[in-house]
Amino acid sequence: MFKYLPHTSADIDAMLKRIGVDSIDELFAEIPSELKDFELNLPEAFSEIELRRHFQDLAEQNEPLIPFMGAGAYDHYTPSIIPYLIERQEFMTAYTPYQPEVSQGTLQYVFEYQSMICELTGMDVSNASMYDGATATAEAMFMANAVRRKQDRVLYADTLNPNIVRVLETYAHVQNITLEAIPSKAGAVDADALKEALDTDVAAVIVQTPNVYGVLEELDVVGEMLADMKALFVVNQDPSTLSHLKPPSVYGADIVVGEAQSLGVPLYFGGPYVGYMATTKKLMRKMPGRICGVTEDVDGKRAFVLTLQAREQHIRREKATSNICSNQSLMALFVTIYLAVMGKQGLFEAQQQSFNHAHYLQEMLTSLPHFEVAFEKPFFKEFTLRTTLDVEAMNQKLREHGYLGPLSHGRDETGKTLVTFAATEKRTKAEMDDVVRILGEL
Amino acid sequence: MKVPKNLYYTETHEWVRVENSHAYIGITDYAQDSLGEIVFVELPEESDQLSKGSEFGAIESVKAASDLLSPVSGVVVAINEDLEDAPESLNEDPYENWIVKVELEDESELEDLKSAGEYESLIEE
Amino acid sequence: MAYYGDLIFEKSVAGRKGYSLPTSEVEEYTLDSRFAREDAPELPEVSEFDVVRHYTNVSFKNHGIETGFYPLGSCTMKYNPKINLELSSSEKFTALHPYQPVETVQGILKIYYETQRMLSEISGMDTYSLNPFAGAHGELVGLMIMKAFHEHNNESNRTKVIVPDSAHGTNPASAKVAGFDVVEVRSNCEGDSCDGTINLEHLKEVLDEDVAGIMLTNPNTLGMFEKDILEVARLVHEAGGLLYYDGANLNPIMNVARPGDMGFDITHINLHKTFSTPHGGGGPGSGPVGVSKRLKPFLPAPIVRKAGDLYLIDGGAEESIGQISHFLGNMNVIVKAYAYLLSTGRRHLAEISRLSTLNANYVKESLKDDYELPVKENCKHEFVFDGLKDNDEVRAIDVAKRLLDFDMHPPTVYFPLLYGESMMVEPVENESKQTLDAFIETMKHIAKEARENPETLKQAPYHTPVRRLDEAGAARNPRVKFKDLL
Repeated sequence: MFKYLPHTSADIDAMLKRIGVDSIDELFAEIPSELKDFELNLPEAFSEIELRRHFQDLAEQNEPLIPFMGAGAYDHYTPSIIPYLIERQEFMTAYTPYQPEVSQGTLQYVFEYQSMICELTGMDVSNASMYDGATATAEAMFMANAVRRKQDRVLYADTLNPNIVRVLETYAHVQNITLEAIPSKAGAVDADALKEALDTDVAAVIVQTPNVYGVLEELDVVGEMLADMKALFVVNQDPSTLSHLKPPSVYGADIVVGEAQSLGVPLYFGGPYVGYMATTKKLMRKMPGRICGVTEDVDGKRAFVLTLQAREQHIRREKATSNICSNQSLMALFVTIYLAVMGKQGLFEAQQQSFNHAHYLQEMLTSLPHFEVAFEKPFFKEFTLRTTLDVEAMNQKLREHGYLGPLSHGRDETGKTLVTFAATEKRTKAEMDDVVRILGEL
Repeated sequence: MKVPKNLYYTETHEWVRVENSHAYIGITDYAQDSLGEIVFVELPEESDQLSKGSEFGAIESVKAASDLLSPVSGVVVAINEDLEDAPESLNEDPYENWIVKVELEDESELEDLKSAGEYESLIEE
Repeated sequence: MAYYGDLIFEKSVAGRKGYSLPTSEVEEYTLDSRFAREDAPELPEVSEFDVVRHYTNVSFKNHGIETGFYPLGSCTMKYNPKINLELSSSEKFTALHPYQPVETVQGILKIYYETQRMLSEISGMDTYSLNPFAGAHGELVGLMIMKAFHEHNNESNRTKVIVPDSAHGTNPASAKVAGFDVVEVRSNCEGDSCDGTINLEHLKEVLDEDVAGIMLTNPNTLGMFEKDILEVARLVHEAGGLLYYDGANLNPIMNVARPGDMGFDITHINLHKTFSTPHGGGGPGSGPVGVSKRLKPFLPAPIVRKAGDLYLIDGGAEESIGQISHFLGNMNVIVKAYAYLLSTGRRHLAEISRLSTLNANYVKESLKDDYELPVKENCKHEFVFDGLKDNDEVRAIDVAKRLLDFDMHPPTVYFPLLYGESMMVEPVENESKQTLDAFIETMKHIAKEARENPETLKQAPYHTPVRRLDEAGAARNPRVKFKDLL
């Protein structure tokens, strides 16, 4: 007997009798015997005590560092109520809400999530979440390509996080989309280069803000350039910065995507995170993923339901423009509870503190002889410096003190290295001063 | 199932009504009935060039979606914008509510379409 | 319990707060006004307790696995053990930044490596990538590998992917998204009864030099094991194609038969189905992709490897399809699956497969007088009814809705598409004979109602938080955010 299996031998006998076979083996009789002949090299079952002990060992081989790096994964505070609430079995163990009468819980939080994403981005419609920020960006590229069927070029600012670019390349390849990088100037997309590359055969232009260097891109310039074009304007934005920054809708964005991990989701070694996607009313029927809408039941009670399903794979099959079905629903709930408990004021305050800490750290570091500002551009919670230090040695030193050092972009033409630091509201003045001290001693 | 006599039909359940050199195109009673409650009609734009057999839009119901295939070639001269706000009118009267009006390019294409009688036996199968 | 219908926005009162932050230790900096938004986003203003009470009440409107029976076909709704949740919640895992040096994350990398190894062992593949986020993502990645393989062999002409008519909707959609054309292959039928297994004659007709591969679920969506799988594999390989295994139905064949031995070249496994990680109301899942040796170089990057005693994150081979995720997949899902695999060990894996199959056959045999059973042979972990027996008036949807009144989740309805009134039942191995008997009794009761008083079923459910919904109204006039209601 195994604790997850309730069958007694009496149960099994009674069930076999009903079925009309003599043994369970008989139920597998049609499987060719040559397929059944193997021995699995797997461990013997662990008891719960042994499992705990084993995990204790594994946990000791992990050493969480205090991050001064972001690069797509930000160390913001997680209010205690969130893990408690998302672990409720009604949320955690349910399937996709196919039977709306007994899935109003999931559907309601998805509706609240969509409402919050729309509030932040200024867009008309959000879907129920995507796998992560990088795949959300790739799905936006596919969506643009499906909307602009005759155009097959997609341009992206080369200030996009390189891992997002890699995902775009993988996805673009299978649909024969021509993906072209627009060069940058002083840490932001070069408007002249973009203007030159823009033509009637462009389906979309993708720009990230804050970009991989932490720099705020001038979305107004790009938006104006695209205003009269058929090309869709795709903005990838860390949604936590939308407490302060103008929403992409203001600049005429057609699709807004990004990684919502920054809304209180732990670092989780890179996942599960939660990609988001929002668009305009005009394009909503071309958006991939699930969408929840409001309706009424037969008694006139307000209720929620998956809607606009005709776009999706289970109906369109090979005609669907996306194959996505499961998303990151529980992580959408995570973000929803975060935005509810932080609220209008709390999100602003946490982000203002992150902003303050990043600016304080930048000032302190640039007062050291071997650091200088890389780009004289506004930034939010990540910033890029140029350093004469050997970055490997620098990060090794920081690691010895329990810190994760900045992201390196490699050497520039002068032989100096570009590095991007991040700071959130969780970093204390003592930690920042300590890092400055350690680096000052190098 | 209603199948008016004066129309041309396709195997993919569109109908064509010819007036002068124009063709009005819609979906049949059989089509609306199989789709169920229609919730959205994706329309082409005026002045789009349609070619016979090509996709020019789509119809979505709660649980199904179907592409619209053009029975004839020609330029779209009008679209039925009322369908944007009231897609359910295709359920209510699929023959009164046309979807697009096309300037016929080649009237001989009509010869390839089915008569009411032929269409009726098709849907009876 | 009273119906709870408020949105969090409707609980909002200006000035109320639910958070606490430390007092700022550094001076205040100001954002360049050119970038600053004028109006703050209108997020709720609520207290912490408001939030806790709100989401607790919202949760009561969901049916979860712990609420009651959940025989949703093809979804493998098994118990999600608590110990796995506890173990994956340690700060030693959750507080790791994905770019930490590998020396500081040896524990988690070991879990990745060992999970890759155990999944390979169970499915008979060479190795796995744990990066795909879900089953459909795994399919897309697997097909990208298929494409890369043919391109590498200068066979870009192979643009066709064969999919059986009984396949999950994601299969053709994934093939299309991966840039392939979909060719449907018919299943074997006797009269109106199709068992979803591949019709070899039709397969031979569609196999040609343009075929990239075939996507199969085995056992298929009707719970039937593909008896001719070795012949299918031979034919497809002979035509130069690859075999893709959709792991949605792996549960009944663990330690019984292995996809790799059947001839599959690429597989994906749903950790959220077979390996007990929670579905989360639609994610986060995990859809690891496994390949045979000759396809190993094409796996997505980055990938976890072992060199000597050190676990490493490798950038992938030159032939790799590239990156398909920002980081390394859904870590805490993988950790839960790893813990489950250790708890079950080799021996219990086979018991899981055998008992899930026993349960399905028991339910099938107990209900076949009341519900139309198109495929009569022994099934594996799931089977399909085609509506009620001798009753055209009451439909599968009505039976499904009525089940809700008895606190049971209905089977998957209207899938597979082979039958007009499909009801796909998957009673997983954790369910006891008593639970199955209660389900059987309820289903019989509903069948009786259908005969005697069909109108009762047409109006069901009666006792759920909300009743039948106007789905057409929702789609005609989409209201998809709070502000659309104002």
